[in-house]
This record gives sequence, C-alpha cells and structure tokens, in this order.
Amino acid sequence: MSAIPVNPRYLPVLVTAVLLLALFVAGGLQFQGFASTRVVLNLFTDNAFLAIAAIGMTFVILAGGIDLSVGAVVALSGVVSAILVEQLGWHPLAAIPLVIALGAVFGAVMGALIHYYRLQAFIVTLAGMFFARGLALSLSARSIPIEHGFYDAVNDFGFTLPGGGWVGSATLLLLVLLGAAVWFAHGTRAGGFVYALGGNAESAALMGVPMAKTRILVYALSGTLAATAGVVYTFYTASGYALAGVGLELDAIAAVVIGGTLLGGGTGYVLGTLQGVLVMGLIQTWISFEGSLNSWWTRIVIGALVLIFIVLQRWIGFSLAGSRKARL
Amino acid sequence: MRSLLQHRGFWPLAALAVILLANLALSPEFFALEFRDGRLYGSLVDVVNRAAPVALLAIGMSLVIATGGVDLSVGAVIAIAGAVAANLLVGGVDAVPLVVLLALLTGLMAGLVNGGLVGLLGIQPIVATLVLMVAGRGIAQLINAGQIVTFRHEGFADLGVGSVLALPTPVAILLVTLVLVQLLVRGTALGLFIEAVGFNPRASRHVGIRVGAVKVAVYAISGLCAALAGIVVTADIQGADANNAGLWLELDAILAVVIGGASLAGGRFSLWLSVVGALVIQALATTLVIGGVPPTFNLLIKSLVIVAVLLLQSAPFRRQLAALATGRR
Repeated sequence: MSAIPVNPRYLPVLVTAVLLLALFVAGGLQFQGFASTRVVLNLFTDNAFLAIAAIGMTFVILAGGIDLSVGAVVALSGVVSAILVEQLGWHPLAAIPLVIALGAVFGAVMGALIHYYRLQAFIVTLAGMFFARGLALSLSARSIPIEHGFYDAVNDFGFTLPGGGWVGSATLLLLVLLGAAVWFAHGTRAGGFVYALGGNAESAALMGVPMAKTRILVYALSGTLAATAGVVYTFYTASGYALAGVGLELDAIAAVVIGGTLLGGGTGYVLGTLQGVLVMGLIQTWISFEGSLNSWWTRIVIGALVLIFIVLQRWIGFSLAGSRKARL
Repeated sequence: MRSLLQHRGFWPLAALAVILLANLALSPEFFALEFRDGRLYGSLVDVVNRAAPVALLAIGMSLVIATGGVDLSVGAVIAIAGAVAANLLVGGVDAVPLVVLLALLTGLMAGLVNGGLVGLLGIQPIVATLVLMVAGRGIAQLINAGQIVTFRHEGFADLGVGSVLALPTPVAILLVTLVLVQLLVRGTALGLFIEAVGFNPRASRHVGIRVGAVKVAVYAISGLCAALAGIVVTADIQGADANNAGLWLELDAILAVVIGGASLAGGRFSLWLSVVGALVIQALATTLVIGGVPPTFNLLIKSLVIVAVLLLQSAPFRRQLAALATGRR
C-alpha cells in the first residue's frame, strides 16, 4: 500500500541513523581530525551523563509519561554525594549506592502520586524538579569540590584505542547500562508492559498489565538513572553543584524525540535515544570545530531538529492511521 | 456559609489572606501605605508590583490551560521579547510605542508558532511548546549576540519603574491587561468556546466550534502576555539577559493558575483568580524574606504547595480524606 518500503514505525530511527552518519561523514570531509576515534569516544565521555539520564527518560516516554525532574535529580545526587564524601567522610563506595537508592525512591514517590491520585505527569515531575533543586540549593549553594583517591582511580581507569580515543569508566558504564536497558525493554515481561502501557493504557489494563507496578517502575527507573547520571557527573567535574544539569531534562527529552521515540508512548527504542544523544553531541562538536559559529546555535539547531522530528511523527501517525483505515 | 465555602474563589483568597496576615504578624508595618511624590508606597504595593510579570503570564496561561493545554515557552518568550526591545533601544529607536509594538509582535509570532503546532498539526502542547522553550533562549542569545544588552532610556524604563495614577506602572499594565482580556473572552463567546474545547474537544467540533482556531487564539494571547511580561522585566532591570530573564517563570505561571482553582485537565477558568494565584506565590516569597528564611527554601516550599493543591483537587485523594473523616466519626 505504502510507497515507503519500511514499516513507518522504524522511519524516525532510520532517519536519525542516516543523519548521524551524514553529520559524521560531512564533518570528516570538512575538518581535519573530525573523523577519528578520539572525536567519537569524546562524544561518549562528554555525554555519558546525558545519555544515562536519557535512557530513563526513554522508558518514561515509552510508558506515555514525562519526567521533568531529571536535571534537578542530577544536581541533588551530586550535592548529596559530595557532602557525604567530603564533609561526612563516607567512602564513595558507601555513598554512591545510597544516593542511587534515594533517586529510585524519589522517582517511585512521583510515580505513585501520578498513578494513585491520577495527577498529570508533567506537573508532578515539575514539582519534583522544584523540590530536588530547592533541596540541593538549601544543602549547599556553592559547588563542593571532591578530592578522593577513589575518584582519581575511577577516572584513570580505561584504555586508549588506536587513533587516540579514550575509553574511560563513564563510557564503559554507559555501554553496560545500554545493554541492560535493551535487555529490559525487549527481553523481560516488565519491558513489554511498559510498551503496552504507553501504546494504549485502557487495553493494557484490560489485558491484565499491572498498571500501578509498571507506572511506578518507570519513574523509579528514571530516578535511579538520573541519580546515576548525577554520580557520573560528579566524577566528570570532580565536584557536586546545586546548579548542575539546569535544562538537562530538555536535552534528554530532545534526545529521546530525535532518537525516534513517539511522544505519545508505545513506540521507540533505547538505541534510538543513544543515537539522539550522539547527534546532539556531534552538532556541538561541529560547532566547536567550525569556530565561527557561537554556542547558542547548538540550542537553536537542536530545537529545529526536535520540531522536524515531531512534525515527522505526526505525519507518520497520520499515515499509520490511514493504512489502518485502508485495511478496514 | 456553606455556599461561601464552596465558591471557587474562597480557597485562593483565603490562602492569600492567611499569608498576608502572617506577614502582618511578622512585621507590624506590613499593611502601611504611604502616598509620596504622587505614588503609593508600601509592602502590599510591592507584593503586587513584584507579582506583575507572573500575573501577566498567568492570564495567558489560564486560557491555554482552559483548553486542556499548557505553554512551557513563556519564560523563553520573555527573554526573546526583552532582547528585541533592548536591541531596538540600543540601536537608536527612540519611540517607546514602536519598541513596545515590535516586542509584542515578537511575542505574537511565538504564540502563533505554538498555536499552529498545537491547533493545526495536533501536536501535544507540552511537546510543541517545549521546542520554543529549548530554542527560544538560543534565539534570544542570537539577538543579543551573546551579551547582556543594557540600555539607558528613561521613557522605556518607566514601564518597569515608573508610576501611573499613583500605581507602579507594572501594576497598571497588569490591571489594563486583565480588563482587556476579560472583555475579550467574556464580552464575546470566545471564553465559552475556550471552556467548551477544554471540556470536550470532540463535542465542541460537532457543535461547530473551530477547535483549531480557538487553540491558535489562546496560544497567541499567551505569547502576547509573555511579551508584555518581558517588556516589564526588561524595563525594570534596564537590560536583557537571554539566559536568566524569565527563567522558571513558566512554572510559577502554571502554579498561579492551579492555585487559582483551575483544573489542568481544562474547562472552567477565571482570570482574576489566576492573578490571585500569582499574588499568593509572591506574598509567600515575601513572607520567607521577612521571616528570615533563606530564599533557596522558596523552591522547596513551592513544590510542596503544588503537590498539596493538586492533591486537594484530586478525586481519589478527596475520597480518602472523606473516608478518614467518617472513620473518625
């Protein structure tokens, strides 16, 4: 029926993959040193925290929700781990699991409010954002530097690829989490429930999908991953700061959308989100190689890309509805 | 008494009264008003004056929320409109009405983009307005060429710090906007259409309301209100800061509408109760300052207020409360 040989569901992911490749090839042709393992692996190192937070956001959006609190949770996790390690003398190996567990509880509470009291996700997570950011600022308005042997050891861990690319611990952690997320999405019952909930909440309920458990799970997952991203960020900057990650939730949502996940929920892929993060990172790299363009162009280009992708999604939505009607 | 309690204006006004009385307890001269140099001075005037930008946003946001939508871009539109005004003034444009008009046009354009995405393309409002929220600050920085653009222009600065008929100009702008928008939506059928679209878009379409056009209209009004707020903010500090102008004000505007008793699901709205909501937020912030609480706690308290107000509106929560109450009896 359709002129497009591929299932329109896969189209946004394909478009992103082509875009990613085209950006990389064009950059390589235009700038010396662009097409190198160094640039590619720096993309991973510099965007690991964003990618980790965006994985959580992917599941929330797949389930038909949204989480605006992730940037603030990144900041709060950083401040709490810095206080525990620097001011209270905890070992990082004790502080980090506690911080991540707190992130999980924070997300679960928001999920419970959304599910049991039928509140809208955006306003509850907006309140969560105010709460986490306010708590972080109240704990310490100043950036707290972290100096600890464990942090140095983790930051030094890694190996160099031919071409100068550095595979560090943040990159390795990201790859492990990505693998786990893909397995969760496609290899577990709970992952299937997430897709079912976002596809059509009413039919999911009728089919016996555990609504409360699934909904609370995705927000808890997002909180967990946001806290993990916050911890990664403390390693990246060697400090905890209450104003870290301002606007990170928007970048994460943009990455999910550019990665081809439908904003209504039900369709999308974790690996698409990784592509979205890489596209955004490549645009930033491009702008820094170019030199004459200023950093604010990054925001404008990302905004324009998000716009193009949501309009594309609408068009696919129409054509999906059209083909369904045609079959009827 | 019962009908008074059930009037939807009761709770927002009661909240405002309680906060103002708490302020009076903290500082006895809180209600004192002074008439000096042809202008009113006092803490109460100060609260209204500081609340004006959020109250302006809340007027537009009420209409958007009444259609079942939300406009997350208003903070960014403040930055864009401010950047346009500041650069015109720096560029030598001297006529204040022209600067105001062009800034308003910028806001209108932003609103039309949002309205087009939501009303004509049918994209979810959170997502559609997110685009401008992400890109808007970039656009403002582009206009400002990455600088904080400051200007010296008494005529324009008067819009932020001057006075009209003994009132601070922002308060006068707020009152005029409130009356004009109220006339627009209640003097015509537009208000009814907006509420109908929020209650049931499909039924509205069947009775012949042009749902898309109504949605475009509310986002356009919201863009205009945001531009007005941007003019006030810019005139107040006599400069345009693309990164920080209007930062997080979209959240305050949504909170103001919710405190005013409107449902986020859409339906009935009241412009003046949303303005009361904005006053509640500002009065609370002032209380914290007078009470010596660090301003960082402001965010924490706002978040708890949002959750409390939403829970009080939520049917399952009300049932739980009722069950608790009868259980005790």
